[in-house]
Parts: sequence; structure tokens; C-alpha cells
Amino acid sequence: MKKKDLTKKCKDIRIKLLKTLNKAGSGHTAGPLGMTEVFTFLYNDFLKINPKKPKDPKRDYLILSNGHICPIQYVVMSDKGFFPEKELYTLRKLNSRLQGHPHREALPGLETTSGPLGSGLSQACGIALGLKRDNKKNKVVCLTSDGEHEEGNTWEAILFAAKYDLNNLIQIIDRNNIQIDGYTEDIMPLNSLSEKYKSFNWNVIEIDGNNIKQIEKALINADKKKTKPTVIIANTVPGKGVSFMENKYEWHGKVPNDEELKKALEELK
Amino acid sequence: MKKDSTRAGFGRGLAKLGEKNKNVYALTADLGGSTNLTSFKKEFPERFVQVGVAEQNLVTVASGLAHIGKIPFATTFAVFSPGRTWEQIRTTICYNNQPVKICSTHSGLGVGEDGATHQMLEDLALMRSLPNMTVIQPCDGLEAEKAVEKIANHEKPVYFRLNRQKTSLLTNKKSSFEIGKANILKKGEHITLIGIGPVLVESLEAAKELEEEGLSVEVINMHTLKPLDKKTILKSINKTDLVITVEDHQVTGGLGSSVAEFLSQVKPTPMKMLGVEDTFGESGSFEELYDKYGLSKDKIKKSIKKFVEEA
Repeated sequence: MKKKDLTKKCKDIRIKLLKTLNKAGSGHTAGPLGMTEVFTFLYNDFLKINPKKPKDPKRDYLILSNGHICPIQYVVMSDKGFFPEKELYTLRKLNSRLQGHPHREALPGLETTSGPLGSGLSQACGIALGLKRDNKKNKVVCLTSDGEHEEGNTWEAILFAAKYDLNNLIQIIDRNNIQIDGYTEDIMPLNSLSEKYKSFNWNVIEIDGNNIKQIEKALINADKKKTKPTVIIANTVPGKGVSFMENKYEWHGKVPNDEELKKALEELK
Repeated sequence: MKKDSTRAGFGRGLAKLGEKNKNVYALTADLGGSTNLTSFKKEFPERFVQVGVAEQNLVTVASGLAHIGKIPFATTFAVFSPGRTWEQIRTTICYNNQPVKICSTHSGLGVGEDGATHQMLEDLALMRSLPNMTVIQPCDGLEAEKAVEKIANHEKPVYFRLNRQKTSLLTNKKSSFEIGKANILKKGEHITLIGIGPVLVESLEAAKELEEEGLSVEVINMHTLKPLDKKTILKSINKTDLVITVEDHQVTGGLGSSVAEFLSQVKPTPMKMLGVEDTFGESGSFEELYDKYGLSKDKIKKSIKKFVEEA
């Protein structure tokens, strides 16, 4: 897809996302807004996936580790044709396929069930290891958050991926510097993730995660690296696109009410 | 008499299955020798995975492998997994419904000298409370060996509880093993004893001695704790009207609780539960520990007699 069209699509996605969150009445806003470009690019221009054949053995795998940002995945999936747009408004409601945190068995196209942080990268490692040993060419992309780098399980997986040279694994970290109780560097300083990953023997690419050109370049480069796992540290703006939400950790775990939605949509027009 | 451990039987069964089923993977967290993966590792290095001392990674990597059609057996000591990995098992294996096989050795007081930190006594409770999980503990090495293939073919998550200690064989090559179908080790008329795991050796010996004293005990090997074989329990209780359970586990949440939950709702029956009573274990030989905590042949015999007299 052309960059211009992708940029336009991101705007539409953000609008649908905010409406979906408002309707749901609870959930997370800042993370999904910040990861809009990454999800939109992955689903439209990078991953080999077919909404009509979600279990195709030749597909690429997208593992969302920080499950709480699933609303952006739902919106992008719906846009891609996995399910009708109107179903977005069932998010978090009784009997919905769109669970508050993503559940693999509820919705075709989801590769795992997540929410409790720190376990997604390990699962992606298991998938990548099995595929690699079978000489399969599928790509494995795992999306994680900076906050979940406070979980021990994440670091166990980082060691593992390097040990087994999982060069078919690409991790994208949403480095937005916020978590539910405040700024990451106040809650538990992570400092330079780039330095950490280098010393753990990963390929490291650091980008502006809201810039589609940079996302594209990073993914192409990551795909070319053939000896190590790659991490793309995507520096994103939480709440991106809505001025009163941007960089505010208060928007990590709440959704816009009717008035806030109206204000936000005016900005996005 | 030949003695064997359930972990050794597991190792033999897995090495055999590895040959037959190329999707079988074996994983360990730095305890592959103790969980008897040595043969599997030697024969199938391309399907062996060493994760280091990282149990949370052990079970979640296994979840990923299962997602692409592998049948992963994730092994370590029970105290580490499910002890340390309960939430990962809950979310990424049970709710996510991936047929990972959690195979944990060194369960119960049977661990012996290592002491209480390594004697996992709460795992049955932790595992049987999870939806989608099947829970199995074989009574001897042969049964463990036989169970491996059934577990692999069972398209659900399984908790396979194994033991370190060598104990006498209770089954033979011809004995059947079906998940969810209890086996009667000895027929009896007066009281039903339901046991799980190698502690059944002590239970069966106690029952045999009591038979000579005129008390007829029916002994049931409830190798599958979940789903519970309710039919076999009811059939026996309808005859005896008395039940005693035996397990190398806390009496809270394990076999005794499971049987009580069932019977109290359909056929309230006088019941006695033998197991560890809300305490930790300690160092000692497993025989000494079984005696101190009421699970030796003599102590079980005494408990049965007392219970029957008072009932």
C-alpha cells in the first residue's frame, strides 16, 4: 500500500478505535493509539495472512504479548476483513468474540491468549524454534511493551531467543515510557533497552514507531538479518493523535467518555 | 521384588514415543537427567529443548510449540512447575487450550532427603482447579510408561505427576491404562480405599493384611484425578458404604477433596482422608516420612481399623 494511503488509513483506524473504546466503556487508550502505525503496517504490508484462511500453515504469526492493547488489533483486523466492522462495538460485552483481553479460541486470526504480561515472547520463541527446526519460512512477529520488561519471564525469553539463534523472530517493543501507575523510568527504570538487547546478543533497530517509513525500513532490515533474533525498539507516543491524551500515563487504562470522544474526533478530522 | 520409579517409566515411555511420533518434543529447565530425558535427548536432539533454570519460559515456550502442532512434554520438579508457573499454565496453556504436557517429577514427601522446599504437596490442588486440564498420577513405573502415549494422543493440556522414589510394581504389562478409567487393584466388601500414586503400594499391602484379619478392603487406583471416574467410585461405595482416600499430597484440594466433592452431593458417605494435614514435610528417607505422616502400610492399616470401628 502507498504511504499516503497508509497514513490515511491510520487516521480512519484511530477514529474507529476511539469510537470502539467509547462504546466499550472501559479498557486502554494510550497504547492502542500509539501502536496504530505498527499494526496498520504489519497487517497491510508485511505479514502474510489471509482473513479467509486464518489457520493457513504458511501464514506468518503475530503474537501480541501485551494483550491489553488488543482494541487496536481488533480494529485493524476488522478493517482487513476478519470480521464485520459493526462487531467492534461488542468489545467487552457479554457473549462477544472481542474479549477484554484477547482469547485465541474466541476469534479466528488471534494466535494466542494474552493479558498477564511477560509470557508472549516465550510463546513466540516456541513457535519460532519449531518452525526453524522444521526449515519453515514463516515469519514470527511478537509485539511487547516496555513495561513488561519488568517481568522476569521476558528476560528468560530474551536469553532463549539468542541461544537458539531465532533469526525468524522479530520482536517489536512499544517503547512509550508509560505504564499504569506512572512513567516507566519512575516505576522501575528500564534505561536503555537498546544497550540491554545488544549485550543479550540480539540485532537491535531503534525507530520512531509512529513513522511508517521507519517502520517499513526496520522490518525489511530485520527480515534480512539471518543470524540472530531482531528487536525493533519502536519509540511511540502514547495517545498519539489526540493532543490531550499524548504522553499522559493517565490514559493508559481509561477510555474517552462522550465529550472526550467528540473532542478527540474533531482533532482527528 | 523389582522396584521402579514413575519418573523412570516416563523416561522410557517418552523415548519410545519419540521414535513413533515425530511431533513429540521434550523440554527441561536444567533437570533433564532427573526427569529422565537422557535417552530422548540422545536419540532426538532435534526435538530436545534445554531452557536453563527458567520454568516460566519452559511452559510458555511449550505453549508456542504446541501452537504449531508439536506435542511438548515440559519437564522439571513439581515444586518449580506448576509451583512457580501456575499463571502461565492457566493463561497460555489451559485458557489458550494448547495440549502441553506438564510432566513434573519429585512430587510429594516421596522426594525424601531434599526436605520440604522440594516436596511439592499442593500441585494436585493447583492443577485440578484449572479448566481444560487433565490430571494424572501413575502408581508405578510401568503404568507411567504406558500412560505417556495416551497422554500424547489426548488433545488437551495434561498434568502428569511423577515421583522420584523407586517402589514395587502394582501393575503388569497386560494391565490396562485408560485416561479417566480407574483400576481396581483389589476387590473388597467392607470399605473402599481410593488412592493415587505410588503410595498405593503401602495401601495395597495394608489391605492385604487386613483381609487376613477379616476386614475386606476394596482398593482403587485413581490414576486420573481429573476427570474423576465417578462410575467406579459409586459402584464400590454402593457395596461398602465407607470410603478412605490416600494421597502423598495435602488433604486439602487433592484426591480426598475431589472424592468428597463428588460423594457429598450424590451419596453422602462416611469418609476418612489420609494425606498431609496442613503442614510442610521435612528431610528423611521417604519410608520414614511416610511413616511419620501416616502414609506407611502400618499407619494406613491403623487408620482404616480405627475408622471402621468408629463408623
